[in-house]
This record gives sequence, structure tokens and C-alpha cells, in this order.
Amino acid sequence: MQKVSQQQLIDKAVSLLADGTVSCVLGWTKGEFDYDITPALFTDEASLRQGFVWNDFCGANFSKYLVAKTRKCEGKILVFLKPCDTYSFNQLLTEHRFDREKVYAVGIPCEGMADIDKVKAICGDGISSIDCNGEKMAVQTIYEDAPVQVDASSVLAERCINCKSKKHVAYDELMGDEGDVIDSARFDEVAKLEAMTPDERFTFWQNELSRCIRCNACRDACPACTCEVCVFNNPKSGVENKSPANSFEEKMFHIIRAFHVAGRCTDCGECSRVCPQNIPLHLLNRKFIKDMNECYGEYQAGAEVGSRAPLVNYTTDDLEPGEVFNGRDSDA
Amino acid sequence: MRKCSLDALQALFAHVNASMALYLPVDGSDGKAVYQKWSEGARWSHALNTVRSPKDFFFPQTEDLMKFKTAGKSIEIVDVRNAAEDFVIFGVRACDVKSFEILDRVFLTDPVDSFYASRREHGTIVSVACTRPSETCFCGTFGIDAASPAGDVSCWKTETELFWQANTPKGEAFLQLIAPLTEECGNEAVQAQQEKTAAVMKKLPLAELKADAFGGGKTKEFFDRPEWSELSQACLGCGTCTFVCPTCQCYDIKDFNTGNGVIRFRCWDSCMYSEFTKMAHGNSRLSQKERFRQRFMHKLVYYPENNDGLFSCVGCGRCLSKCPISMNIVKVMKKLGGE
Repeated sequence: MQKVSQQQLIDKAVSLLADGTVSCVLGWTKGEFDYDITPALFTDEASLRQGFVWNDFCGANFSKYLVAKTRKCEGKILVFLKPCDTYSFNQLLTEHRFDREKVYAVGIPCEGMADIDKVKAICGDGISSIDCNGEKMAVQTIYEDAPVQVDASSVLAERCINCKSKKHVAYDELMGDEGDVIDSARFDEVAKLEAMTPDERFTFWQNELSRCIRCNACRDACPACTCEVCVFNNPKSGVENKSPANSFEEKMFHIIRAFHVAGRCTDCGECSRVCPQNIPLHLLNRKFIKDMNECYGEYQAGAEVGSRAPLVNYTTDDLEPGEVFNGRDSDA
Repeated sequence: MRKCSLDALQALFAHVNASMALYLPVDGSDGKAVYQKWSEGARWSHALNTVRSPKDFFFPQTEDLMKFKTAGKSIEIVDVRNAAEDFVIFGVRACDVKSFEILDRVFLTDPVDSFYASRREHGTIVSVACTRPSETCFCGTFGIDAASPAGDVSCWKTETELFWQANTPKGEAFLQLIAPLTEECGNEAVQAQQEKTAAVMKKLPLAELKADAFGGGKTKEFFDRPEWSELSQACLGCGTCTFVCPTCQCYDIKDFNTGNGVIRFRCWDSCMYSEFTKMAHGNSRLSQKERFRQRFMHKLVYYPENNDGLFSCVGCGRCLSKCPISMNIVKVMKKLGGE
């Protein structure tokens, strides 16, 4: 259950529309089932009251939508941002990807989002309704007479289990507390990969990446991937391909992408959420973040607007590549 | 009709695999079902369906068509076609079996796609009836009966047994092959299960979804509908829906420069991509709205127009569960077709 209710968000949106603060609202709209929620623009009270939803399945990070939507909309857009979304918001501002003046950001607290696959693992398939408003999530399927009561904590998405911050780092208005940066165990999985031998690690990634179907959903959902034309979509680039020509190239796509977003990735986890093949893509990005933290000092992309990422901020004290492996005092 | 005990399945799979490659859905390392070649110990997945459709067997995501080798000023053309060998796909659901008919109409009409035709000829399809469909299932909308799947052989799985029925000469040959491990039987258990499944199908949330509003000849009716803007506004332009779809059949042919030659390969293409059908003059569909519309118009209007009213959707529900923004053909049909 989320701390701020759907009704409170609708009322807030309606009042901001009514007093002219904003001209449209970027929100979530209900689907066929209670979990298949689609991002949508609302422009009037009636459609908000009819279609706007806010529950444990509103995972989509809206920050990236602002790049396209601020260009199209007249007036300001109201956007509701969860704490993790605000980091992407700041990062996009740092990169001058949208006009801050065209956005009215309302920070909303987040208790974590649910992973429907985990819900199904407990309750089975054939879901006819999910009620997230109680202490427990009530999941009704067509195969059972009574709804199954599920602890929301047992179906949290991976990125929410490893939530790095409940703090809103960007907003015009808050509904609830500003929140705090929290301790997380998000680098534990990376440490496990680091403990592997190179061969084991290669096998791990080969197995994971072999499932890739090159749908590009990871890239298209990623708030750090906002190139107007991606190099992989540009026939003149020489590397444009709709599917891997061979198994080597298949890996290269993800590795190139991870390099490209290094220092800019806020670890929002959209890449892994949208991957239809359940590839843990966030681990590539987290490895980069962990390495940068260790080599250049703690850095969180998007924590503030305008900060310079370690990889584009040269100082004479910077590590030399060899020192990573050999230590600072070696002659390497 | 023949039957065998579920306990005897491993021995049966081994027996089949000894004479031709056997593929079946198994649980992958991520816990999701995936078609794999059978090997000792491989277990048939309990999952309703695989994330990737079985269209790969006949229309793989990428395949080499030919190679060019250059030496000085000469170019050698290398034929890379392999002689296809017989294989069997076990465990195909009714929706996916129907998708092969939709692909056949594209690849087997003149000019016949010899790559596709060869694999089709060598493949035997063993389907399995559904008993526990998902809320995302809507095969009934397209006249498919999940409890009576087509294919060369149809199977029904009960708590303890698997029932087999041949539908084609290829299927007869397959039942011959497994005859030593199966026994002749009546169809009472199968009928009982079909009735049970039919009752479940009626309870599905999408049981009442109708495609009647769509079909050939309706281009003008739907093409300029204002709802396309709203429906497509959140579309990311990724290719997930097209790549998990069992009936999406568009492909591109590309050259890969190896340094001392060229590999000409074919790969799945997606109408959702900005460079789809890019020609010398540029792109034919400049906005995501146009690209989005193309996909659904193709499935619900253009394809039926050219194929005797057959829709090119089978209601498997993959796009419903996999679209990153949960926009899909059901939402499109309801919006445009009126609930």
C-alpha cells in the first residue's frame, strides 16, 4: 500500500489544473487488469477522475517522457515523481534535455513497487483483480474462490528491495516528507560477480545476454539514453543493426550502452524492469557505479543538478588505469 | 487416440530424440520457459507458454542467406544453406500453432521462401491443450480453441497421463514412432478435460473480446481515427511487442562487413523502429503514432484484407505481459472497436 492515496493525487492534479498552474498531467492510467498500467497525459478533470491510477504497479519512471512531452505541451506539465525518478529528473536537467520552466514536479513518497511476476509466482496465473489498498495485497484469480493475501514486501521489484534513496532530490512541491538517502545492499550482487573468476563471469554474462532479442526496450526506457538518433538506429554509423549479426555483437550492444551511460546512470532500474527476457542489465551499470565510487570517491548521478560526473571531470589527482589493479604507489 | 503415463515421458522423449531432434519448453535459468533441444534430464516446463514464441523454428531472428568473399578483384559467392534435418517441436499451444498458418500465408505463397519452406517441411508440430489459461489469453477472440489445438499431433495432459492424436500424415508417422511407448485408448478423459477447460475459458477477463469490428476493407474506417494519438502517446518505440509476437513476420536483409567479405543476413524487423522500411527518399512513417498504427492496422485490417479475413493475431497474450508500458492490441481493439 502506498502512503499517499490515489484520491489525494487526483485531487492535487485537479486543483493544479483548475488554478492554471499546469495545463496537463503526466500520470498513470488503468489497464485491462489492475497491474497493466500505462503512462498517459491528462488534460481535464473528468479523465483524471475516470482513468488516473496510483498503486503498487506504477513503476514507470516519467522523467524521460518530459524530454518529448515538454516540447509538445503548451504551458506546464504536472509530473508526479517517486524518489528514484527525481534522480533521473536532475540528471536530464544536468544534460539540458528539457526545460525546467515547463514542469511542475510533485514529489510523492514510494513504498516500493511490485513485480507482477513475483505476484504470479505466489498466486498463480489467471488474475482477475488486485487490491493494493489494504495492509496486504489481495489477489483474486479465476481459479480460486477467495483472494490470496500477499505481503507487499514479498513481491517487491528487485530495484525496490535495493532502494538506494527515499529522498526527493527535485520537486516544486512535496506530498509527504522529503525523505532520506538510505543504506542499501545494492552492490552485493556486483560483489558476487567480482568474486567470480573471469571465466565464470564470462559464462554468467554469456548465459544472460544470450537471451537478448534486441528489442531495445532497455535503451528506449532508459532515462540516460536520450540521443535524438541512437547510433544503433543510424544506418550511416556502420554499427546499426536490428539484431545481432553474431554472438559477439550481441554482447557488444549492452556493453557499449553501459559505457555510454556510465557516470550518468542513476541506477533507476528501468532497464531490468522492461527487459522481456529478464536479463539483469542493472548489474552492468551498478558495476560501473561501484567502480567509480571506489576509484574517484562516492558519486551519485542526479543527486544534484549540474554536478560533473567523475568520468568527465579530470583532475590531476585522478587514478591512472594501472593503479586500479596495482595500487597507487606502484610504478605501473 | 493413444496415451502414455506422464512417468514414461522421459523415456518417450529419449526415444524420439534418437531419431530426430526434439525441442520442448523447459524452464530457463531465469525461471521462464524457453524452447530447448531435449537432452537427458531436461524437464518439460509447467509454464503456460514460452516468452519467445516458437516462430524461431521456422523464421529465426537472424539467419545468413549467403556470404561474399573477396580476394583481389574477384568476389566469391558462398552458399551457406544447410540441408535441414527432421525435427519435432513438442508442447506448442493452440495459439502458437495457429500462428504457423499465418506465417505460411506469407512465406509459402509465390515466391516461396525456400529457407522457411525447408524448415516447415522438416518440422513436426506436437501441440498440447491448455488447462490453466492466463488472464492475458484471448485466443477465443480469433476462433481458436485452447482445448483443441491443431498441429500434426494434438496432446492433452491430465494429472497422470498424456493423450496423443494424429491430425496429419506427418502426425501419423510420429505416432508410429512412439507406438511402442504408448497404448491405444478412448477419448473420454480428453472430452472431460475439454469441457472443464471450456468452462475456465468463459471466466477469463477477455472472454468477451470480439474482433468483429475489424477486418479487410476497413482501412478508411480506422486509418484516421483520432484515438491513435492517445493510444500511441506513451509508446517507447521499442520492438518488444513485435519480437515476442508469434505472427509478426517483417524482416530486413542486411550486409555485415567482416573485413574481407560480406555476410548477407536476414533479421527480424520491427515496424516500431524509426528506420523501418527506410528507403532512398527517407522514412515512410515519420512519427511513432504512424508506426504504432501500422502494427495494429496490419494485424486487424491489412492482413485480413489479403488473407480471406484471417486476422494476424492469435491472442497469445505475450505483448500484454511484455510491453514496457502495457499498451497492446486488446486496448487498441477496445478503444477503436467500441468495448
